Amino acid sequence: MPDTLLRLDDLVCRYGELVAVDGLTLRLRRGEIGCLLGPSGCGKTTVLRAVAGFEPVCAGAIHLADREIASPAGGLPPDRRSIGMVFQDYALFPHLSAAQNVAFGLRHLSRRERAAVARRLLDLVGLAGLEDRYPHELSGGQQQRVAVARAVAPRPRLVLMDEPFSNLDVDLRERLGSDIRRLLKDQGIAALFVTHDQHEAFLIGDRIGVMAKGRLLQWDSAFALYHQPADRFVADFIGQGRLIDGVLTAPDTIDTALGVIRGNLAYAWPTGHRVALLLRPDDVVPDPAGPVEGEVVGRAFKGAETLYTLRVGGDTEVLCEVPSRLDYPIGARLRVRAEVEHLIVFAD
Amino acid sequence: MTRVPDAPGPGLDGPRPRSRQPGGPLRLGVLLLGTATAVPLVVLFSAWATPETEVWRHLAATVLPGLLRNTAVLLLGVGGGTLLLGCGLAWLTARCEFPGRRWLDWALMLPLALPAYVLAFVTHGLFDAAGPVQRLLSHIPGTRTVSLEARGTGWVIAVLTLAFYPYVYLLARTAFLGIGRGTLEAARLLGLGPWGTFFRVVLPTARPAIVAGVALALMETLADFGAVSVFNYDTFTTAIYKAWFGLFNLPAAAQLASLLLLIVALALLGERRLRGAARFHETARGAPPPRVELAGWRAGLAATAAGLVVAVGFVLPMVQLLGWVAAARGSGLDQRYWTLLAHTLALGASAAMVTVAAALLIGLARRQLRDRPSRIAAELSTLGYALPGSVLAVGVMMSFAGIDNALNTLWRLAGGDSLGPVLGGSMAALLLAYLVRFLAVANGPVGSALERLRPSVVEAARTLGARGLDLARRIYLPLLRPGLLTATLLVLVEVMKEMPATLLLRPFGWDTLAVRIFEFTSEGEWQRAALPAVTLVLAGVGPVIWLARRSAATRGSG
Repeated sequence: MPDTLLRLDDLVCRYGELVAVDGLTLRLRRGEIGCLLGPSGCGKTTVLRAVAGFEPVCAGAIHLADREIASPAGGLPPDRRSIGMVFQDYALFPHLSAAQNVAFGLRHLSRRERAAVARRLLDLVGLAGLEDRYPHELSGGQQQRVAVARAVAPRPRLVLMDEPFSNLDVDLRERLGSDIRRLLKDQGIAALFVTHDQHEAFLIGDRIGVMAKGRLLQWDSAFALYHQPADRFVADFIGQGRLIDGVLTAPDTIDTALGVIRGNLAYAWPTGHRVALLLRPDDVVPDPAGPVEGEVVGRAFKGAETLYTLRVGGDTEVLCEVPSRLDYPIGARLRVRAEVEHLIVFAD
Repeated sequence: MTRVPDAPGPGLDGPRPRSRQPGGPLRLGVLLLGTATAVPLVVLFSAWATPETEVWRHLAATVLPGLLRNTAVLLLGVGGGTLLLGCGLAWLTARCEFPGRRWLDWALMLPLALPAYVLAFVTHGLFDAAGPVQRLLSHIPGTRTVSLEARGTGWVIAVLTLAFYPYVYLLARTAFLGIGRGTLEAARLLGLGPWGTFFRVVLPTARPAIVAGVALALMETLADFGAVSVFNYDTFTTAIYKAWFGLFNLPAAAQLASLLLLIVALALLGERRLRGAARFHETARGAPPPRVELAGWRAGLAATAAGLVVAVGFVLPMVQLLGWVAAARGSGLDQRYWTLLAHTLALGASAAMVTVAAALLIGLARRQLRDRPSRIAAELSTLGYALPGSVLAVGVMMSFAGIDNALNTLWRLAGGDSLGPVLGGSMAALLLAYLVRFLAVANGPVGSALERLRPSVVEAARTLGARGLDLARRIYLPLLRPGLLTATLLVLVEVMKEMPATLLLRPFGWDTLAVRIFEFTSEGEWQRAALPAVTLVLAGVGPVIWLARRSAATRGSG
């Protein structure tokens, strides 16, 4: 692909016996914002640090703009990779002002140019007037903005971000997320960031990779991850939902505890094959004429809706989202039906 | 906004350096430092391999039993004294409120600025026949026959206790302050009275700190040379000195030194055992418990007792010293004094720079190297503080003598004349001894400065293109500067006060203030020793203020 900026091929990183990254392959295009999403300990931060040059590569290779920057034989040191990085703790230089922090990587420019670039970038991240503040005089969100400005100041083609919003409260997270996305897009800078929060990933990433145990399970758009998960882990991890057992009775029909469900796709498995079907909360709707009755075993009030956990037919549990004016206590029974067009099915 | 051009950024062109295995020079440095500590020790014990000399047999038969008895008595006396004085005062200032408490809080650390040998000779001078106390007594009828001359075991123990109780005070106080309100309230709710709380909760919780403090005091007692020689009280350090300078018998000195080292090791082992697995030191969260308000005669007693300790341990000796300096009418402030001061400062400064550089090396190695040899070497190199100066001096001297012998042999094999001593008696020997002895002192502030420097800050600088010297100048130096300066100051002062190692190893013509004090006091010339002593005390006040501030900081967080 001609417009590939970052290429990871069969990347393996180890800490002693522990395999942190296990054969990861990934392509990031120029100007694209990619996101590695996964539970803590899945190896996503290690990938980032290997790209930055802080972790050695045990197998595979990393290319940046068709140049190999890391392989088991060694690699370009971090200070020569021209990759910006935003750290989880921001890692601002405590002895330098905001403007001096931003200007740190601009050694090749004259003093005046450095000051001008720093001023422009701080203005761009909404910190005009705070150039002379020191890190300890800035709030968490402001420190974060300085860290982003500092990382993009030397005009890298790629910026890495390690859980950049994990220390901020939810409101600030969303605002900063979209601000940063706009800044990166305006500047045409590609980014790879890691998070364990899927909302953050959906908000910022063009493409999202779900990682587990050092492997990249799926590298796709948010829509595809939600609606076409490649495997059970992704289905479980992205969004809400439950996998229920079923038996294929026709290429497009599955018999489950929620009755017979028919989708718009035909499956290649033979009739009688046991499968697992993913049901999202909006796939199960209350219907007095529904085929099965469920017992409310859990409820979570969410404002406009209430999310119920229902037990149907023995030990099968499904989620069901209902407008919150319909109120059912724990132990109540209500009839539901499945309303699914596109079935997400995995072989059992 | 303009778009970023697609040309490769700076630094992506040109030759491509492969990143090396990290820490090659660092590892080498740490291993060297570890070796520098280990070699003198190994050499000391190897002295036992040489056949028993006449001198040693004589020493063993005559002085050894006395040395062991004296040392045991001293350890028991000073250990008990510092424990009682240090813990009692720490409890008063940490948990009680009485008039003058705020002031006494830090004033009780001041005796730390007075080297033990200074306190010793001032005490001796105060009470000797021509001293102010005896003169005062002679005016009171009927006391003419009373002799108060400061001599004997009791006096040595009293002086060393006054000199070293601040170690226990400092550590116990921090521990007492660290016990949270919640812990004390829980103890009360569980039915313990105030005394029960003290003995069953507070003391056990503070035990590791108290034991560490007493161990420090005992270490200093074992290492002390100046104070015991003022009182003519024979211990291992004075015996080593006599064996070396009186009998010129280095192997005998080494055998004595290794015995002293064994006692030090036993003391360290005892500390470990007493502290046990207990590593609990609580850092209290939330409000500190309220102080016990003392009133009436209790308050008076507390203030008087604490005030008396400061008076006897610091104020009175200082007044006497300044009195002696004034009586000399500046006659001591001659060319000779300035040369001494210059030598002392030059030695201290060079030792401080070497030591702080070594501490930085160890700190960086601890951060970056994970292999066993480096770890062990780093640990080993900080053991030096436990080594008495005289032991270290003998060890270094013997190692260097060995190297000199080898060099001379090689030189003669190559056809040259005798080279004579190359390293022995050189400045290198003295600096090495200082380095090994005071590395642990520098490690404290340097280590905590490095801990505050987050790895991500350095990594951030590297992603922005900083490397090598540029990285050191723009990140490491400015961020570590306070810690490095503190470490330099602490080592400088320690070196200035160091007596036995300097006395034994100094190159010809390199007398220091401490050496001068020893020379004057061994002649009984207290007055002439006063000016160098005052100089040392003034230098020593700096580190005490640093300590006081640091323990105030721990209180702030607790």
